[in-house]
Amino acid sequence: MINQLQSLGRISIDTCTSIGRSGLFLTQVLFRKPRIRRSFPLLIRELYSVGILSLPIILVAALFIGMVVALQGHNTLAKFGADAQMGQLLALSVVRELGPVVTALLFAGRAGSALTAEIGLMKTTEQLASMEMMAVDPLWRIVAPRFWAGFISMPILALIFNAVAIYGGSWVAIDWLGVTSGTFWSNMQAAVGFRVDIVSGIIKSLVFGLVIIWTAVYQGYDCVPTAEGMSRATTRTVVYASLMVLGLDFILTAMMLGDW
Amino acid sequence: MNNKTVELLVGVFIIAGIAALLILALKVSGLNYYPGQNTYQLTASFDNIGGLKVRAPVRLAGVQIGEVKAIAIEPKTFKAVVTLAIDSKQDQLPTDTAANIQTEGLLGSNFIALSPGYAEDFLKHDDRIEVTHSALILENLIGQFLYNVNKK
Repeated sequence: MINQLQSLGRISIDTCTSIGRSGLFLTQVLFRKPRIRRSFPLLIRELYSVGILSLPIILVAALFIGMVVALQGHNTLAKFGADAQMGQLLALSVVRELGPVVTALLFAGRAGSALTAEIGLMKTTEQLASMEMMAVDPLWRIVAPRFWAGFISMPILALIFNAVAIYGGSWVAIDWLGVTSGTFWSNMQAAVGFRVDIVSGIIKSLVFGLVIIWTAVYQGYDCVPTAEGMSRATTRTVVYASLMVLGLDFILTAMMLGDW
Repeated sequence: MNNKTVELLVGVFIIAGIAALLILALKVSGLNYYPGQNTYQLTASFDNIGGLKVRAPVRLAGVQIGEVKAIAIEPKTFKAVVTLAIDSKQDQLPTDTAANIQTEGLLGSNFIALSPGYAEDFLKHDDRIEVTHSALILENLIGQFLYNVNKK
Protein backbone atom coordinates (compact mmCIF):
# COMPACT_ATOMS: atom_id res chain seq x y z
CA MET A 1 0.00 0.00 0.00
CA ILE A 2 2.71 2.44 1.08
CA ASN A 3 4.82 1.28 -1.84
CA GLN A 4 2.04 1.88 -4.35
CA LEU A 5 1.44 5.33 -2.91
CA GLN A 6 5.14 6.02 -3.17
CA SER A 7 5.30 4.89 -6.80
CA LEU A 8 2.31 7.09 -7.63
CA GLY A 9 4.14 10.01 -6.06
CA ARG A 10 7.29 9.19 -7.97
CA ILE A 11 5.42 9.03 -11.29
CA SER A 12 3.80 12.41 -10.71
CA ILE A 13 7.08 14.02 -9.65
CA ASP A 14 8.79 12.57 -12.74
CA THR A 15 6.02 13.85 -15.00
CA CYS A 16 6.18 17.34 -13.52
CA THR A 17 9.98 17.40 -13.75
CA SER A 18 9.93 16.33 -17.36
CA ILE A 19 7.25 18.91 -18.29
CA GLY A 20 9.26 21.60 -16.55
CA ARG A 21 12.51 20.50 -18.21
CA SER A 22 10.90 20.51 -21.63
CA GLY A 23 9.55 24.02 -20.99
CA LEU A 24 13.01 25.26 -19.95
CA PHE A 25 14.46 23.53 -23.00
CA LEU A 26 11.96 25.30 -25.27
CA THR A 27 12.76 28.72 -23.81
CA GLN A 28 16.48 28.01 -24.23
CA VAL A 29 15.94 27.16 -27.87
CA LEU A 30 13.62 30.12 -28.55
CA PHE A 31 15.26 32.95 -26.65
CA ARG A 32 18.85 33.08 -27.69
CA LYS A 33 20.91 35.69 -29.39
CA PRO A 34 20.04 35.40 -33.08
CA ARG A 35 22.99 34.83 -35.38
CA ILE A 36 21.02 35.02 -38.59
CA ARG A 37 23.83 34.98 -41.12
CA ARG A 38 25.40 31.86 -39.66
CA SER A 39 22.19 30.04 -38.78
CA PHE A 40 20.50 30.53 -42.12
CA PRO A 41 22.40 27.83 -44.11
CA LEU A 42 21.70 25.35 -41.30
CA LEU A 43 18.01 26.27 -41.41
CA ILE A 44 17.88 25.76 -45.20
CA ARG A 45 19.40 22.28 -44.89
CA GLU A 46 16.91 21.33 -42.21
CA LEU A 47 13.98 22.75 -44.19
CA TYR A 48 15.03 20.38 -46.93
CA SER A 49 15.14 17.28 -44.73
CA VAL A 50 12.09 18.16 -42.60
CA GLY A 51 9.86 19.86 -45.16
CA ILE A 52 10.67 18.69 -48.64
CA LEU A 53 11.33 15.07 -47.77
CA SER A 54 7.88 15.00 -46.10
CA LEU A 55 6.20 16.25 -49.27
CA PRO A 56 5.65 12.90 -51.09
CA ILE A 57 3.68 11.30 -48.26
CA ILE A 58 1.67 14.52 -47.73
CA LEU A 59 0.83 14.80 -51.44
CA VAL A 60 -0.27 11.19 -51.83
CA ALA A 61 -2.30 11.26 -48.60
CA ALA A 62 -3.95 14.56 -49.58
CA LEU A 63 -4.93 13.30 -53.01
CA PHE A 64 -6.54 10.14 -51.68
CA ILE A 65 -8.23 11.80 -48.73
CA GLY A 66 -9.78 14.43 -50.98
CA MET A 67 -10.99 11.78 -53.37
CA VAL A 68 -12.46 9.63 -50.59
CA VAL A 69 -14.28 12.58 -48.97
CA ALA A 70 -15.79 13.45 -52.36
CA LEU A 71 -16.87 9.86 -52.96
CA GLN A 72 -18.39 9.41 -49.49
CA GLY A 73 -20.01 12.82 -49.55
CA HIS A 74 -21.59 12.20 -52.91
CA ASN A 75 -22.93 8.86 -51.74
CA THR A 76 -24.72 10.50 -48.80
CA LEU A 77 -25.70 13.83 -50.34
CA ALA A 78 -27.18 12.21 -53.45
CA LYS A 79 -29.78 10.54 -51.23
CA PHE A 80 -31.15 13.99 -50.40
CA GLY A 81 -30.65 15.31 -53.91
CA ALA A 82 -28.16 17.75 -52.44
CA ASP A 83 -25.06 16.81 -54.39
CA ALA A 84 -24.72 20.45 -55.42
CA GLN A 85 -23.41 21.02 -51.87
CA MET A 86 -20.42 18.74 -52.54
CA GLY A 87 -17.96 21.62 -52.85
CA GLN A 88 -19.02 23.01 -49.51
CA LEU A 89 -18.72 19.66 -47.75
CA LEU A 90 -15.33 18.89 -49.25
CA ALA A 91 -13.75 22.31 -48.70
CA LEU A 92 -15.01 22.82 -45.16
CA SER A 93 -14.06 19.37 -43.93
CA VAL A 94 -10.62 19.55 -45.54
CA VAL A 95 -9.73 23.13 -44.66
CA ARG A 96 -11.03 23.07 -41.11
CA GLU A 97 -10.19 19.58 -39.91
CA LEU A 98 -8.59 17.03 -42.19
CA GLY A 99 -5.89 19.32 -43.58
CA PRO A 100 -4.26 20.41 -40.33
CA VAL A 101 -4.87 17.19 -38.39
CA VAL A 102 -3.86 14.60 -40.97
CA THR A 103 -0.83 16.66 -41.97
CA ALA A 104 0.16 16.91 -38.32
CA LEU A 105 -0.17 13.15 -37.75
CA LEU A 106 1.83 12.34 -40.87
CA PHE A 107 4.37 15.00 -39.97
CA ALA A 108 4.80 13.53 -36.49
CA GLY A 109 5.34 10.08 -37.97
CA ARG A 110 7.60 11.13 -40.81
CA ALA A 111 9.62 14.10 -39.56
CA GLY A 112 9.17 14.01 -35.78
CA SER A 113 10.42 10.45 -35.37
CA ALA A 114 13.36 11.09 -37.70
CA LEU A 115 14.42 14.15 -35.72
CA THR A 116 14.21 12.33 -32.41
CA ALA A 117 16.26 9.42 -33.76
CA GLU A 118 18.84 11.77 -35.25
CA ILE A 119 19.34 13.88 -32.13
CA GLY A 120 19.12 10.78 -29.93
CA LEU A 121 21.86 9.03 -31.89
CA MET A 122 24.03 12.15 -31.63
CA LYS A 123 23.57 12.07 -27.90
CA THR A 124 24.18 8.32 -27.66
CA THR A 125 27.41 8.55 -29.64
CA GLU A 126 28.41 11.59 -27.55
CA GLN A 127 28.54 13.94 -30.52
CA LEU A 128 26.60 16.54 -28.56
CA ALA A 129 29.06 16.34 -25.67
CA SER A 130 32.05 16.64 -27.97
CA MET A 131 30.44 19.67 -29.62
CA GLU A 132 30.23 21.30 -26.24
CA MET A 133 33.90 20.47 -25.69
CA MET A 134 34.67 22.37 -28.89
CA ALA A 135 32.69 25.35 -27.54
CA VAL A 136 29.94 24.87 -30.11
CA ASP A 137 26.56 25.14 -28.47
CA PRO A 138 24.55 22.07 -29.58
CA LEU A 139 21.29 23.90 -28.87
CA TRP A 140 22.28 26.50 -31.45
CA ARG A 141 24.00 24.17 -33.93
CA ILE A 142 21.68 21.13 -33.82
CA VAL A 143 18.39 21.84 -32.06
CA ALA A 144 17.40 25.38 -33.05
CA PRO A 145 17.59 24.91 -36.86
CA ARG A 146 15.55 21.71 -36.64
CA PHE A 147 13.02 23.40 -34.40
CA TRP A 148 12.50 26.39 -36.68
CA ALA A 149 12.49 24.23 -39.80
CA GLY A 150 9.66 22.13 -38.37
CA PHE A 151 7.74 25.18 -37.21
CA ILE A 152 7.99 26.79 -40.67
CA SER A 153 7.32 23.73 -42.79
CA MET A 154 4.25 22.43 -40.93
CA PRO A 155 1.83 25.23 -42.05
CA ILE A 156 3.27 25.12 -45.57
CA LEU A 157 2.71 21.37 -45.72
CA ALA A 158 -0.84 21.82 -44.38
CA LEU A 159 -1.60 24.48 -47.02
CA ILE A 160 -0.29 22.22 -49.78
CA PHE A 161 -2.32 19.35 -48.32
CA ASN A 162 -5.49 21.50 -48.42
CA ALA A 163 -5.01 22.59 -52.02
CA VAL A 164 -4.17 19.10 -53.28
CA ALA A 165 -7.04 17.48 -51.37
CA ILE A 166 -9.57 19.97 -52.74
CA TYR A 167 -8.33 19.48 -56.28
CA GLY A 168 -8.36 15.68 -55.82
CA GLY A 169 -11.92 15.89 -54.53
CA SER A 170 -13.00 18.20 -57.34
CA TRP A 171 -11.55 15.77 -59.85
CA VAL A 172 -13.69 12.91 -58.47
CA ALA A 173 -16.78 15.09 -58.04
CA ILE A 174 -16.71 16.91 -61.38
CA ASP A 175 -15.03 14.56 -63.82
CA TRP A 176 -16.20 11.27 -62.43
CA LEU A 177 -19.46 11.74 -60.51
CA GLY A 178 -20.77 14.49 -62.79
CA VAL A 179 -21.36 17.35 -60.33
CA THR A 180 -21.60 20.58 -62.33
CA SER A 181 -18.33 22.45 -62.13
CA GLY A 182 -19.97 25.88 -61.68
CA THR A 183 -22.18 24.92 -58.73
CA PHE A 184 -19.31 22.98 -57.16
CA TRP A 185 -16.95 25.93 -57.03
CA SER A 186 -19.53 28.67 -56.37
CA ASN A 187 -21.12 26.79 -53.46
CA MET A 188 -17.64 26.24 -52.09
CA GLN A 189 -16.76 29.91 -52.38
CA ALA A 190 -20.05 30.96 -50.79
CA ALA A 191 -19.50 28.65 -47.83
CA VAL A 192 -15.78 29.05 -47.11
CA GLY A 193 -14.64 32.28 -45.49
CA PHE A 194 -11.00 33.30 -45.66
CA ARG A 195 -10.78 34.54 -42.10
CA VAL A 196 -13.02 32.02 -40.34
CA ASP A 197 -11.95 28.87 -42.17
CA ILE A 198 -8.63 29.20 -43.91
CA VAL A 199 -6.84 31.40 -41.39
CA SER A 200 -8.07 29.29 -38.49
CA GLY A 201 -6.79 26.21 -40.34
CA ILE A 202 -3.39 27.89 -40.56
CA ILE A 203 -3.47 28.79 -36.86
CA LYS A 204 -4.25 25.17 -36.05
CA SER A 205 -1.36 23.91 -38.13
CA LEU A 206 1.03 26.40 -36.49
CA VAL A 207 0.04 25.16 -33.05
CA PHE A 208 0.33 21.52 -34.11
CA GLY A 209 3.73 22.20 -35.69
CA LEU A 210 4.99 23.77 -32.48
CA VAL A 211 3.78 20.86 -30.36
CA ILE A 212 5.17 18.16 -32.65
CA ILE A 213 8.57 19.69 -33.19
CA TRP A 214 8.94 20.57 -29.52
CA THR A 215 8.15 16.98 -28.50
CA ALA A 216 10.50 15.60 -31.14
CA VAL A 217 13.59 17.65 -30.33
CA TYR A 218 13.04 17.43 -26.59
CA GLN A 219 12.64 13.66 -26.63
CA GLY A 220 15.78 13.30 -28.73
CA TYR A 221 17.81 15.67 -26.57
CA ASP A 222 16.58 14.11 -23.34
CA CYS A 223 16.72 10.42 -24.29
CA VAL A 224 18.58 7.79 -22.28
CA PRO A 225 21.84 7.38 -24.25
CA THR A 226 21.44 3.70 -25.11
CA ALA A 227 19.96 1.90 -28.09
CA GLU A 228 16.89 1.04 -26.05
CA GLY A 229 16.50 4.57 -24.75
CA MET A 230 16.61 5.90 -28.30
CA SER A 231 13.93 3.54 -29.52
CA ARG A 232 11.75 4.47 -26.55
CA ALA A 233 12.24 8.17 -27.22
CA THR A 234 11.27 7.75 -30.87
CA THR A 235 8.13 5.85 -29.94
CA ARG A 236 7.25 8.44 -27.31
CA THR A 237 7.62 11.25 -29.83
CA VAL A 238 5.09 9.73 -32.20
CA VAL A 239 2.65 8.71 -29.46
CA TYR A 240 2.79 11.94 -27.44
CA ALA A 241 2.78 14.20 -30.46
CA SER A 242 -0.20 12.43 -32.06
CA LEU A 243 -2.22 12.43 -28.85
CA MET A 244 -1.46 16.08 -28.17
CA VAL A 245 -2.43 17.01 -31.72
CA LEU A 246 -5.80 15.28 -31.38
CA GLY A 247 -6.47 16.75 -27.94
CA LEU A 248 -5.44 20.27 -28.94
CA ASP A 249 -7.55 19.96 -32.07
CA PHE A 250 -10.63 19.54 -29.91
CA ILE A 251 -9.74 22.55 -27.77
CA LEU A 252 -8.88 24.76 -30.75
CA THR A 253 -12.06 23.75 -32.60
CA ALA A 254 -14.14 24.56 -29.53
CA MET A 255 -12.45 27.96 -29.30
CA MET A 256 -12.88 28.70 -33.00
CA LEU A 257 -16.52 27.63 -33.23
CA GLY A 258 -17.29 29.61 -30.09
CA ASP A 259 -17.18 33.39 -30.20
CA TRP A 260 -13.45 33.82 -30.44
CA MET B 1 23.45 16.63 -52.59
CA ASN B 2 25.18 19.96 -53.03
CA ASN B 3 24.17 23.18 -51.37
CA LYS B 4 22.77 24.89 -54.43
CA THR B 5 20.24 22.14 -55.20
CA VAL B 6 19.07 22.11 -51.59
CA GLU B 7 18.57 25.87 -51.58
CA LEU B 8 16.75 25.72 -54.89
CA LEU B 9 14.41 22.98 -53.65
CA VAL B 10 13.67 24.88 -50.43
CA GLY B 11 12.83 27.95 -52.52
CA VAL B 12 10.44 25.87 -54.60
CA PHE B 13 8.91 24.48 -51.39
CA ILE B 14 8.23 27.95 -49.97
CA ILE B 15 6.77 29.12 -53.30
CA ALA B 16 4.53 26.04 -53.40
CA GLY B 17 3.26 26.94 -49.93
CA ILE B 18 2.47 30.50 -50.98
CA ALA B 19 0.80 29.25 -54.16
CA ALA B 20 -1.35 26.88 -52.09
CA LEU B 21 -2.38 29.78 -49.84
CA LEU B 22 -3.31 31.84 -52.90
CA ILE B 23 -5.34 28.97 -54.34
CA LEU B 24 -7.17 28.56 -51.04
CA ALA B 25 -7.80 32.31 -50.75
CA LEU B 26 -8.91 32.99 -54.31
CA LYS B 27 -10.36 29.75 -55.63
CA VAL B 28 -11.74 28.11 -52.48
CA SER B 29 -12.88 31.01 -50.32
CA GLY B 30 -13.60 33.37 -53.26
CA LEU B 31 -11.83 36.24 -51.54
CA ASN B 32 -11.22 38.25 -54.70
CA TYR B 33 -14.78 39.17 -55.55
CA TYR B 34 -14.91 42.65 -54.05
CA PRO B 35 -11.50 44.10 -53.31
CA GLY B 36 -13.09 47.08 -51.55
CA GLN B 37 -11.74 50.08 -53.45
CA ASN B 38 -13.95 49.84 -56.49
CA THR B 39 -17.24 49.95 -54.63
CA TYR B 40 -19.58 52.64 -53.38
CA GLN B 41 -21.93 52.45 -50.43
CA LEU B 42 -25.69 52.65 -50.18
CA THR B 43 -27.85 52.23 -47.10
CA ALA B 44 -31.32 50.79 -46.78
CA SER B 45 -33.47 50.29 -43.70
CA PHE B 46 -35.74 47.31 -43.20
CA ASP B 47 -38.38 46.43 -40.61
CA ASN B 48 -36.98 42.93 -40.36
CA ILE B 49 -33.94 41.50 -42.09
CA GLY B 50 -34.68 37.86 -41.25
CA GLY B 51 -31.50 35.84 -41.57
CA LEU B 52 -29.49 38.33 -43.62
CA LYS B 53 -25.78 38.26 -42.81
CA VAL B 54 -22.78 40.44 -43.53
CA ARG B 55 -21.20 39.46 -46.90
CA ALA B 56 -24.55 38.25 -48.25
CA PRO B 57 -24.79 38.97 -51.99
CA VAL B 58 -26.62 41.97 -53.48
CA ARG B 59 -28.19 41.06 -56.81
CA LEU B 60 -29.63 43.01 -59.68
CA ALA B 61 -31.72 40.91 -62.07
CA GLY B 62 -30.12 37.86 -60.47
CA VAL B 63 -26.56 39.00 -61.14
CA GLN B 64 -24.36 39.72 -58.14
CA ILE B 65 -23.29 43.37 -58.14
CA GLY B 66 -22.18 43.78 -54.55
CA GLU B 67 -22.44 42.55 -50.99
CA VAL B 68 -23.77 43.49 -47.58
CA LYS B 69 -21.07 45.38 -45.73
CA ALA B 70 -22.59 46.10 -42.34
CA ILE B 71 -25.83 45.67 -40.40
CA ALA B 72 -26.86 47.98 -37.55
CA ILE B 73 -29.94 49.22 -35.68
CA GLU B 74 -31.30 52.72 -36.24
CA PRO B 75 -31.66 54.19 -32.71
CA LYS B 76 -35.07 55.88 -32.85
CA THR B 77 -37.06 53.90 -35.38
CA PHE B 78 -35.69 50.50 -34.29
CA LYS B 79 -35.24 49.51 -37.91
CA ALA B 80 -32.30 47.56 -39.25
CA VAL B 81 -29.94 49.66 -41.37
CA VAL B 82 -28.05 47.61 -43.92
CA THR B 83 -24.98 49.09 -45.64
CA LEU B 84 -24.44 47.76 -49.15
CA ALA B 85 -21.16 47.88 -51.07
CA ILE B 86 -22.00 48.08 -54.77
CA ASP B 87 -19.57 47.63 -57.65
CA SER B 88 -18.62 51.06 -59.05
CA LYS B 89 -19.43 49.89 -62.56
CA GLN B 90 -23.10 49.81 -61.55
CA ASP B 91 -23.32 53.56 -60.90
CA GLN B 92 -26.55 54.14 -62.85
CA LEU B 93 -29.14 52.81 -60.42
CA PRO B 94 -32.22 55.11 -60.44
CA THR B 95 -33.06 56.84 -57.14
CA ASP B 96 -36.36 54.96 -56.83
CA THR B 97 -34.68 51.56 -56.88
CA ALA B 98 -36.30 49.11 -54.46
CA ALA B 99 -34.42 46.71 -52.18
CA ASN B 100 -36.04 43.40 -51.23
CA ILE B 101 -34.68 40.70 -48.97
CA GLN B 102 -35.18 37.38 -50.71
CA THR B 103 -34.30 33.79 -49.98
CA GLU B 104 -32.35 31.44 -52.22
CA GLY B 105 -34.70 28.50 -52.67
CA LEU B 106 -36.99 27.40 -49.86
CA LEU B 107 -34.37 26.94 -47.14
CA GLY B 108 -31.39 28.81 -48.57
CA SER B 109 -29.64 31.89 -47.22
CA ASN B 110 -30.92 35.46 -47.63
CA PHE B 111 -29.73 37.99 -50.18
CA ILE B 112 -30.77 41.49 -51.25
CA ALA B 113 -32.44 41.87 -54.63
CA LEU B 114 -32.47 45.35 -56.15
CA SER B 115 -35.20 46.21 -58.65
CA PRO B 116 -34.52 49.44 -60.53
CA GLY B 117 -37.22 52.10 -60.91
CA TYR B 118 -37.76 54.77 -63.55
CA ALA B 119 -36.30 57.96 -62.04
CA GLU B 120 -33.95 60.12 -64.07
CA ASP B 121 -31.41 60.65 -61.27
CA PHE B 122 -28.93 58.03 -60.11
CA LEU B 123 -28.03 56.86 -56.60
CA LYS B 124 -24.68 58.18 -55.39
CA HIS B 125 -22.26 57.19 -52.63
CA ASP B 126 -23.91 57.20 -49.16
CA ASP B 127 -27.41 57.59 -50.59
CA ARG B 128 -30.32 55.83 -49.01
CA ILE B 129 -32.64 53.40 -50.76
CA GLU B 130 -36.15 54.49 -49.76
CA VAL B 131 -38.33 51.65 -51.04
CA THR B 132 -37.61 48.45 -49.12
CA HIS B 133 -39.44 45.20 -48.49
CA SER B 134 -38.60 43.10 -45.43
CA ALA B 135 -37.60 39.50 -45.40
CA LEU B 136 -40.28 36.94 -45.97
CA ILE B 137 -40.17 34.84 -42.82
CA LEU B 138 -41.48 31.38 -43.53
CA GLU B 139 -42.44 30.63 -39.93
CA ASN B 140 -44.61 33.78 -39.70
CA LEU B 141 -46.32 32.92 -42.97
CA ILE B 142 -47.08 29.40 -41.78
CA GLY B 143 -48.35 30.85 -38.50
CA GLN B 144 -50.67 33.26 -40.27
CA PHE B 145 -51.87 30.53 -42.60
CA LEU B 146 -52.69 28.19 -39.70
CA TYR B 147 -54.43 31.04 -37.87
CA ASN B 148 -56.61 31.75 -40.91
CA VAL B 149 -57.42 28.09 -41.40
CA ASN B 150 -58.49 27.78 -37.77
CA LYS B 151 -60.75 30.82 -38.03
CA LYS B 152 -62.75 29.23 -40.85
